[in-house]
Amino acid sequence: MPHLSSESLTRAREIVDLYPQRRSALIPLCHLAQEQDGWLRPEAIEEIAGLLDVTPAEVLGTASFYEMFKLEPAGRYVISVCTNVACMLAGAYDLLAHAEERLGVRAGGTTPDGRFTIEDVECVAHCDHAPCVQVNSRYFGPLDAGGFDRLVDSLERGELEGDVPPHGTLVRVRRTKGLMA
Amino acid sequence: MTPDGGPPRILTSRVDLAGSYTLKAFLETGGYEGLRKALSMKPDEVAQEVDEASLLGRGGAGFPAGRKWSMLRPADTTYLVVNGDESEPCTFKDHLLLETDPHQLVEGVAIAAYAIGVEQAFIFIRGEMALGLERVTQAVNEAYEYGALGRGILGSGFNLDVVVHPGAGAYICGEETGLLESLEGKRGFPRIKPPYFPAAIGLYGEPTVVNNVETLSNMSWIVRNGGAAFAALGKGRSTGTRLFALSGRVKRPGVYEVEMAKTTFRDLIYGQEFGGGISGGKELKAFIPGGASAPWFGADQVDMPLDQDEVGAAGTMLGSGSVVVMDETVCTVKVAWRITRFFWRESCGQCTPCREGGGWLEKILWRIENGAGREEDVDMLADICDNISPGLHWPPEQTTICPLGPSIPSPIASVMRMFEDEIRLHVKEGACPLA
Ligand SMILES: Cc1cc2nc3c(=O)[nH]c(=O)nc-3n(C[C@H](O)[C@H](O)[C@H](O)COP(=O)(O)O)c2cc1C
Ligand code: SF4
Ligand code: FES
Repeated sequence: MPHLSSESLTRAREIVDLYPQRRSALIPLCHLAQEQDGWLRPEAIEEIAGLLDVTPAEVLGTASFYEMFKLEPAGRYVISVCTNVACMLAGAYDLLAHAEERLGVRAGGTTPDGRFTIEDVECVAHCDHAPCVQVNSRYFGPLDAGGFDRLVDSLERGELEGDVPPHGTLVRVRRTKGLMA
Repeated sequence: MTPDGGPPRILTSRVDLAGSYTLKAFLETGGYEGLRKALSMKPDEVAQEVDEASLLGRGGAGFPAGRKWSMLRPADTTYLVVNGDESEPCTFKDHLLLETDPHQLVEGVAIAAYAIGVEQAFIFIRGEMALGLERVTQAVNEAYEYGALGRGILGSGFNLDVVVHPGAGAYICGEETGLLESLEGKRGFPRIKPPYFPAAIGLYGEPTVVNNVETLSNMSWIVRNGGAAFAALGKGRSTGTRLFALSGRVKRPGVYEVEMAKTTFRDLIYGQEFGGGISGGKELKAFIPGGASAPWFGADQVDMPLDQDEVGAAGTMLGSGSVVVMDETVCTVKVAWRITRFFWRESCGQCTPCREGGGWLEKILWRIENGAGREEDVDMLADICDNISPGLHWPPEQTTICPLGPSIPSPIASVMRMFEDEIRLHVKEGACPLA
C-alpha cells in the first residue's frame, strides 16, 4: 500500500512535470506530504525519493535543512511567535511567555492533545503589526495577552477553519494551467 | 505625478483597491498594457529602456538591473528567477507586492523574460508567506487563461512558462546562489564564487538572471512611461521610487513608497504621511537604515537622503529597504543580541567564521545583557568581530562563501562605535540599565 493517497500522488506527478529536472520538485513534494499528514513521515520521504529518483537520505538531508518541515508530529495549529527586533521592541518575549503559560508547553513543544505547537521564530515580515504571530503561516497581530487568548479560543472552537487550514496545508490554490508543452 | 504634485505611485498604485489582486481589477487599471507595449518593441529596445531607467536592484545589493541583464551569457537555455524570499529581519515590502498586486509582478516577469529572451521563469516565494503564495499562484493561473503567459503571449510569437516555487523556511535561500540550490531541490547552501553572477552559471548550470520582486514590479511602469521618466525621479544613480518598510518605535509603521534621494530618513520617520514620529514622543536614539545586515546610523544622521550612494559613502547601505527605529528607551545591546541570534540561527554552517563566530558573539551579548558580562567581554567582542570581518569596513571584506558571515558584526560594531558606554554600564552594574 503506498503511503501517499492517490490524490496526493496525482498532484505530486503534476508538480514534478512543472520542472525541467525532477529533483526541483523535492521541496514542493515535502509540502504536499506535510499537507496530507501534518508532518513529514518517514514513509512519505521514501515515496518522494521514489518519485524523484533520489535516495530517501537525499530527501531527508534536504528537508532537515528547512524550518518548515516537521520531522516529528506537530500540532494541528503551529503558532509561530515572532521575537525578532520589531516584535521584540513591542513586547514579543512577554507574548511568548504568555503563550507558553496559556498552552502549558515551552516553545518547540506540542500540547499533549496534539492541538497546538508553539515556536519562537524569526521575522515573518509582518513587522507593522508587531508583536505578531503566524498560525500555520497565516498572520495575526498585533496581539497582547488578551488577544492571544481570544485567538486560541477561536481556534479551539473551530471558528477559524476557513482562514487557517490544518498545519501542512500551505497553498490552497492549485496550479490549474499547464505548461506550454 | 499624483494630483497633489507628489511623485507617482509606481509600485503601490493598487494597494488600496478592493480585490486589487484579481485579474479583473488589474485589467481595469491598465494591467498588461506594459506587456502589450513591450511585445510591440524589439527585446533590445525594452532592455534599453530599463538600462536608461537606471533601476537599481531592490533585493539588497543594489546592482543595476539593466547591467545584470546584459551580462546574461548567450545559451540555448536560460532562466529568469524571481527572488521573493524576503526574510531579512524587519523587511516586509515584497510581501505587500505579492499579496496586493501579484499581476503587476507577473507582468514584470513577462516583460523581463521577453527583454532577455528567456522562456522559463520561476517565482521563488518564501514558504511562510501562505497568502502571497496563494495570490501569486492564482494570478499565474489567470495570466495563462488570459494569454499573458504560455504560448504566443498576447498574440505575439513570444512564449513563457512560469512556475511558482515555495520556500520552506531558511533565510539563506534569499542569497541568490542559495536560492538556486534550493530550487534544485537541495539544501540552501550558497555556492562558492566565482562565478560571481548566476548570469554566467546559474540554475542547472545554465545562465540565469535573479531579480527581486520589487525590482520586477517596476517593469510595467518603465515600459509604459519610458526609462527616462523613471530616471527623472530621484537623483544620480538613485532613480525612481522605492518601497521602505518602516518599523520599531514609530507611530505609523508600514510600507511607504517614496521618491529616492529626494526623501530623507527624517521625512520617513517623522513625516505625517509616513511614520508620523516616534511613539510616545520620545527621542530618536539610533536607526537601522537597510535591514539587519546594515551598520546603524545615529540620530545625528537622520537628515541623510534615501540615496544608495550617499548612504553607501557613509559606511552602510539601503540594503533591503527596511528602516528600524530605536528610541531613547531601547537597549541597543539587546537589539544587537537579537540580530546576532538571528544570524547565528540562520547561518548555513559552511564557513567557520560565520558558524562559530556568530554563536560566540550571541553568547557574549546574551550574558552582557543579562547581567553576567565580564570586563574582558568588550575586547572579546571587538576581536571576534574583527576576525569575521577584518577591519570592519562596509562593504566588508569577503572572508566567507556569502555575505551573511561578514554582516554579523554590523549591529555589534555599531553599538561599540556609538554606545560603548552602554555596554560597559551593563557590565559594571551587572544588569541592563534600560530594563
Ligand atoms: C544573506 C542574504 C540574504 C538575501 N536575501 C534576499 C531576499 O530575501 N530577497 C532578495 O530579493 N534578495 C536577497 N538577497 C540578495 C540576493 O542575493 C540578490 O542580490 C538579489 O535577489 C538580486 O535581485 P536584484 O538585483 O533585483 O536586487 C540576499 C543576499 C544575502 C547575502
Ligand atoms: S557565510 Fe555563513 S551563511 Fe554564508 S555560506 Fe558561509 S556559513 Fe553559510
Ligand atoms: S520582527 Fe516580527 S514580524 Fe518582523
